[in-house]
Amino acid sequence: MRSELDRPVQRELTRLRVNGEDLELYLPVHKTLLEVLREDLKLTGTKHGCELGECGTCTVLVDGEPQLSCLLLPLQAEGRELTTVEGLAEGAAPHPLQVAFAELGAAQCGYCTPGILLAAKALLVRDPRPSRDGIKEALAGNLCRCTGYVKIIEAVELAAERMS
Amino acid sequence: MVGKPVPKVDGAGKVTGQAVYADDIDLPRMLHCKILRAQLPHARILSVDTSAARRIPGVKAVITGQDLPIRFGILPVTQDEAALEGEKVRYVGDPLAAVAAIDEETAAAACDAIKVEYQELKPVMSIEAALKEAADEPIQSYPKRSDNIHRMVSYEFGDVAAGFARADHVREDVFFFQGSTHLPMEQHSAVATYAGGRVTLWSSTQVVHYVHRALSKVLELPMSRIRVIGAAHGGGFGGKTDPFAHEIVVAKLAMLTGRPVKCTLTREEVFYAHRGRHPVLMWVKTGVTRDGRVTAMHFRSALDGGAYGSYGAASIFYTGTLQTVTYDIPAYKFEGARVFTNKAPCGPKRGHGTPQPRFAVEMHLEKIAREIGLEPVELKRRNFVKPFSRAVNWLRITSCGLEECTEKVLTASGYANRKRQPGRGMGFAISTYMSGAGTAIYWNDMPHSEVQLKVDRTGVTLFCGAMDIGQGSDSVLAQIAAEELGLEARDIHLVTADTDTTPIDLGSYSSRVTFMAGNAAVEAARKMRALLVAAVAERMGVTDLEEIDVADGRVGEFSFEDASVLAEEKFGALASAGSYKPPRIGGPFKGSGVGPSPAYSYSACVVQVAADARTGIVTVERVWIAHDIGRAINPLLVEGQVEGSVYMALGEALMEEQVYRQGLHKWPSMLEYKSPTFLETPEMHTFLVETDDPEGPYGAKEAGQGPLLPVIPAVNLALQDALGVWIDEIPVTPEKVLRALEAKAKGEPPRFGPRGFPSVPYPEPILVEPPDPADLRVGDELELAFPMKGGGPPSAGAGRSPSPPGPPRAPRVR
Repeated sequence: MRSELDRPVQRELTRLRVNGEDLELYLPVHKTLLEVLREDLKLTGTKHGCELGECGTCTVLVDGEPQLSCLLLPLQAEGRELTTVEGLAEGAAPHPLQVAFAELGAAQCGYCTPGILLAAKALLVRDPRPSRDGIKEALAGNLCRCTGYVKIIEAVELAAERMS
Repeated sequence: MVGKPVPKVDGAGKVTGQAVYADDIDLPRMLHCKILRAQLPHARILSVDTSAARRIPGVKAVITGQDLPIRFGILPVTQDEAALEGEKVRYVGDPLAAVAAIDEETAAAACDAIKVEYQELKPVMSIEAALKEAADEPIQSYPKRSDNIHRMVSYEFGDVAAGFARADHVREDVFFFQGSTHLPMEQHSAVATYAGGRVTLWSSTQVVHYVHRALSKVLELPMSRIRVIGAAHGGGFGGKTDPFAHEIVVAKLAMLTGRPVKCTLTREEVFYAHRGRHPVLMWVKTGVTRDGRVTAMHFRSALDGGAYGSYGAASIFYTGTLQTVTYDIPAYKFEGARVFTNKAPCGPKRGHGTPQPRFAVEMHLEKIAREIGLEPVELKRRNFVKPFSRAVNWLRITSCGLEECTEKVLTASGYANRKRQPGRGMGFAISTYMSGAGTAIYWNDMPHSEVQLKVDRTGVTLFCGAMDIGQGSDSVLAQIAAEELGLEARDIHLVTADTDTTPIDLGSYSSRVTFMAGNAAVEAARKMRALLVAAVAERMGVTDLEEIDVADGRVGEFSFEDASVLAEEKFGALASAGSYKPPRIGGPFKGSGVGPSPAYSYSACVVQVAADARTGIVTVERVWIAHDIGRAINPLLVEGQVEGSVYMALGEALMEEQVYRQGLHKWPSMLEYKSPTFLETPEMHTFLVETDDPEGPYGAKEAGQGPLLPVIPAVNLALQDALGVWIDEIPVTPEKVLRALEAKAKGEPPRFGPRGFPSVPYPEPILVEPPDPADLRVGDELELAFPMKGGGPPSAGAGRSPSPPGPPRAPRVR
């Protein structure tokens, strides 16, 4: 770790598009997208459970595809459309997935919720009426310790029904 | 409001990312803290050299054990932890030193630059090893023993020898339950500030009050100069119920630097912070009559406690006390011991000390039933406790829906008529759990829960120290206040878990909040309602207060807001308060404080599995679970608790284990520590049984822990049904299944499990005369009839060490 500090930090001007806003940031190249979102952009809705790519908690959408922000460098996301949980709602109107999750108790502690909402959103774009197995498959990379997954599956189904 | 499946009051904040968890807090000038942790499982610290760390640019403070010498711990009897250890380390992960720096990288680099010289000691890594003489020195010195036994207890309720003598059949079994960890999605995190001589701490904790107490003790500050606030909570399951080193460390560093300091544990640190399920070795012997009635039970447990006390003194009791609350056992002997090992400390995980014996007893009774040729469900049913009765160890049972729960899951699953086919099977099990502990962790006569209400033109604000950890306790409090005041849950503004602004609540553990804070909320809200009704009645010229309806946002003919103005005009500032303290329930003997609860929940479960004899892989296909909730204040949230409990149990039953290799956690990552994903989610059928407990708020009991308990043995028994092998050990991994099948193929007993139970020097039992099963007296009536002997608190927490072997010193009761 000491060598990490001794090493000069390389910084790059990085252009990111997050939740529809274009940003120019001067960032250390080694800082993860997760860290940049939370610490530099104060988008703390994106959570972290391991920072090793194992739990799915830090999932964001990159060009509509769920990606783990703890394994991405901002430079890899340049020129791509990033969506975090803060970008799910249309202004003050929550996304149908958000409504369904709140309504059915699919968020207990809520810590895994932002990542799961984004993974579910990508699913519904790809498959507007997914089967139960399709939902399980799409969300299998996201761990939740509170709900037993049941209410989450039901909430995705409810949102899909309302959106179609 | 009560009984309606309304969405959680904090749902919107959680689905939009607006809820502020501890690690989301970012304050001006905030420093980041990293903690240096032991790399050896057992060693004396010879020196700690921090000079190089202090020279690193950006490092603002470095502290070691010398800076925080006062020891703390959750129970008064085990004040054995230091925020930073100065003399020895007892497990890999023990905190040694801490750094506050301008960023996490700098703090981590400074930790790496700290030089520690150790004298290695022999690590103790198993229950068997801990029972032997220590090779060099015991892990903890305070038990004043040459081995590593922490504590032992021994009780005999009724005449056990006579019970066994009258049995037609007696059987002994040995079981082992490997420990597991909570694995909350959110890593522990805390932020402290120090300004104007006061510490403020935001933390991801289940109990702000216990953190408050520990900070006060270790920092030597009066409680009035410390404020602890529960940040939005990312999951606990019992794992954030102890005060932790990092909470004390950031407060100390904030005091030293004058700047805010944050510490968020890495996932690996969370695995080592642990306080999870104790590994427990169990021996059980039961006598039954020809028709399956239990005549006596003798239960022994040996718990692997890890390196520190934590809740362990209570955990020992919990491996023994609740056996009598499911099955009517006329004579019962319980011997329990907890040992220290050089592993991360164990503590309370969902079900605290009871999933292990629940697994053992359900398996054991099944074996007995098969031996005497009785259908196992029938044998269990014949021994169910009766509602409104008192168990042999004095635990008082009130409402009890065991029969109803059993009926529901048997009918829904078609258990009795299931198709017998190799590779597919069903298992049945039951359980009970407490709705809050009847005795406080530290001895005091104060309420366990308090609620205050303020009403004015801004509406109703409810203040309570309870911490919502995701289970929905805030929503329950809001629903109760709304019910009494004729409003909607969303009309109640909540201020919770803040030691400056909210009255005491002992926190979210022990399944206590709905019952205890709920009762306090009912009282506070009824008092407020009376003020509003009195003012409105006066204005309406009505003398009979019963005529004033409080419903649908109206009080009599006035809107709620207008009614509040009338009441404020009449009475001045509108405030009300309610408190809840459980009555004395436990029997008149030392140690009777662990186990009593004002009410017990009950659950029954049937699990269906598919098991592959070639691979040993067990797949859970369907789960039917019925839970006696007393009364569901919010059925949606209760279902969520039941489903979450089932899920966590499935992980424990089949894959989760916290195990070590050469002092190191084998799998301190979320990838390798296997836990169930969406793909392993079975079909779940949840039934809520309502029995209206006389003392619960609107009849409610607990939901968060009880439903976990029957699932583990039900999975195991379903496997037995499918493949004909007994796995007397948890988790049921494919390897164990295959080894049992191999044994079966060789004509050996078709079993995998521990071979025997070690010799433990349990003390002579405290002999307790059983109560009259019909005697339901509690509180003053009980105290008058059966005064607590020996004075002092009836809790494990405040008790002294058990008496050494020799004649029993505790008096025989009656």
